[in-house]
Amino acid sequence: ADIISTVEFNYSGDLLATGDKGGRVVIFQREQENKSRPHSRGEYNVYSTFQSHEPEFDYLKSLEIEEKINKIRWLPQQNAAHFLLSTNDKTIKLWKISERDKRAEGYNLKDEDGRLRDPFRITSLRVPILKPMDLMVEASPRRIFANAHTYHINSISVNSDHETYLSADDLRINLWHLEITDRSFNIVDIKPANMEELTEVITAAEFHPHHCNVFVYSSSKGTIRLCDMRSSALCDRHSKFFEEPEDPSSRSFFSEIISSISDVKFSHSGRYMMTRDYLSVKVWDLNMENRPVETYQVHEYLRSKLCSLYENDCIFDKFECCWNGSDSAIMTGSYNNFFRMFDRNTRRDITLEASRESSKPRAILKPRKVCTGGKRKKDEISVDSLDFNKKILHTAWHPMENIIAVAATNNLYIFQDKIN
Amino acid sequence: MFVRGLKRKCFDGEEDIEGTLTGIKAIPSYNLQRQSLLDMSLVKLQLCHMLVEPNLCRSVLIANTVRQIQEEMTQDGTWQMINTQSTGQASLDRLVSTDILCRSSKEQAEGKHVSGYSTFNKDFEGDQTQDSSETMSTASSVQAPRNLQSNVWEMENSQENKGNFQKSLDQIFETLENKSPNSVEDLFSEVDNSYYDLDTMLTGMMSNTKMGHCDGLDTFSSPAPTTSNSNCKSDLNELDHIVEILVES
Repeated sequence: ADIISTVEFNYSGDLLATGDKGGRVVIFQREQENKSRPHSRGEYNVYSTFQSHEPEFDYLKSLEIEEKINKIRWLPQQNAAHFLLSTNDKTIKLWKISERDKRAEGYNLKDEDGRLRDPFRITSLRVPILKPMDLMVEASPRRIFANAHTYHINSISVNSDHETYLSADDLRINLWHLEITDRSFNIVDIKPANMEELTEVITAAEFHPHHCNVFVYSSSKGTIRLCDMRSSALCDRHSKFFEEPEDPSSRSFFSEIISSISDVKFSHSGRYMMTRDYLSVKVWDLNMENRPVETYQVHEYLRSKLCSLYENDCIFDKFECCWNGSDSAIMTGSYNNFFRMFDRNTRRDITLEASRESSKPRAILKPRKVCTGGKRKKDEISVDSLDFNKKILHTAWHPMENIIAVAATNNLYIFQDKIN
Repeated sequence: MFVRGLKRKCFDGEEDIEGTLTGIKAIPSYNLQRQSLLDMSLVKLQLCHMLVEPNLCRSVLIANTVRQIQEEMTQDGTWQMINTQSTGQASLDRLVSTDILCRSSKEQAEGKHVSGYSTFNKDFEGDQTQDSSETMSTASSVQAPRNLQSNVWEMENSQENKGNFQKSLDQIFETLENKSPNSVEDLFSEVDNSYYDLDTMLTGMMSNTKMGHCDGLDTFSSPAPTTSNSNCKSDLNELDHIVEILVES
């Protein structure tokens, strides 16, 4: 099993897609309710596996293009088939996943095994009959959107119009139509004329869930820009600019690096957006640009370790974050296979661990605590014992129920609320 | 990416420095921290040139950190154009070998590293290049206090016990500053440079990078960017041929 690089539920929550470093996509499907096996409701089993991207070699630059899947985004379902977009650093692909459970038999011109029948043998015409067969799930690439990004794609986002989507790399954002693969429109370009002057890159972008003309993008300097595509074709000038003023007392050489936003997500309501930087998660009200309305500390105990984390490159880890269906809770990952959930109403938070050792299937997860100094209580873990190789970068929350998917390196964990 | 353990404390608790002002002892300690951070950052930047394209975000963040440190050191007056004269030829060889290792094979094929080397050679002998980057002018403005500080610098060096490694890292930084204008760009735009060079060779071929510079309205009306993409593909054989020539030369 390869390292999981993205996790995403579809709109109904019945399907869960994961992408990995080897370019594979694995889709899980939720089991239907079954009276004879009441406990199997809610279990996700493998539905389809396919190779989405292959490693490529760019001959012009003598560089490899990794096949790692950076992002998967589902399209809203319009017919029996399911569609998703998956992307690596350079190319986006639209995949159709469809089921086949019937087979036609009784063709006139060919045998059951496909050989052409001798015309002289055909004495009468018959109508082919559909017969049931074992369920087969097929994945086929329907569109390939290539050659539009010089830099590495970090985000894709499907528009609420269900016809267009955006793709963002370090310096540019392009707008695509799902039906058109040979053309995309550049809507944001922050590449300076002189690359020496480059000090800021785009780190994430997303369309507003309801307003098809609005999108946001975040930067490595901790800012978020909201753009309205109605104002101009090239959205280099933002409509809104979100930035929290820096706290001068906590300024260090690492201030900029830890302020770099690794993920931005609109709430389902469209009223708020959430950003993840290295140490915290912030919730912003779209109507207030000068500071977030809520800030949650994910692992503040790492602040005094920033130099070590810079040395081993962990400070550049890009954590994602997600909302629950009702926008009342948010979740994000941390180190040591810990992940954190924050309840926005009660202001309570919890730290849980995704590992085989600490939890058996169907056992209730035990809250974890990191000891920050002084005496270590029983069951607490000290900061120095944390395993920084075990990082939870990708998490997803079911759109309607309290089911979460947590990717811990090459393992996928699915947790749900305890059902009595 | 190989993740190293956290054994080395590496001066965590930078913020504690303000609270522990014990006279002269505190100041070199902060400078040591800062220098160590600078060294680390430079090594990270140097190691960016690998087979897979380096992470641009990471490079930008590290470069910004380096710039920050440099600015602060300039303000402090501790920024050293370093003992280029005093270290002699011995370190030069080591520096050059690092330099060659760090360049991509493409650039070596194009003979770029040769020009970079000769420029460095010129600087080493004390010639001022016509480089107009702001970093260069900042650096030259602090050359005056350098001599005064050099004794302190030597003392610090022996205290740190880092020796040659310390000095050659500083030289790497200087090299980055003093090279021909294109080379500082290389930190980010090695990719772009190769596109640009091929562009000048093959007339009429629009590269992907230029797509973004189109006027807003043009992107909607003109199909030019898309046809250039298909041209890119069909010209691939031509490009392969040219690349072969470059490699052979």
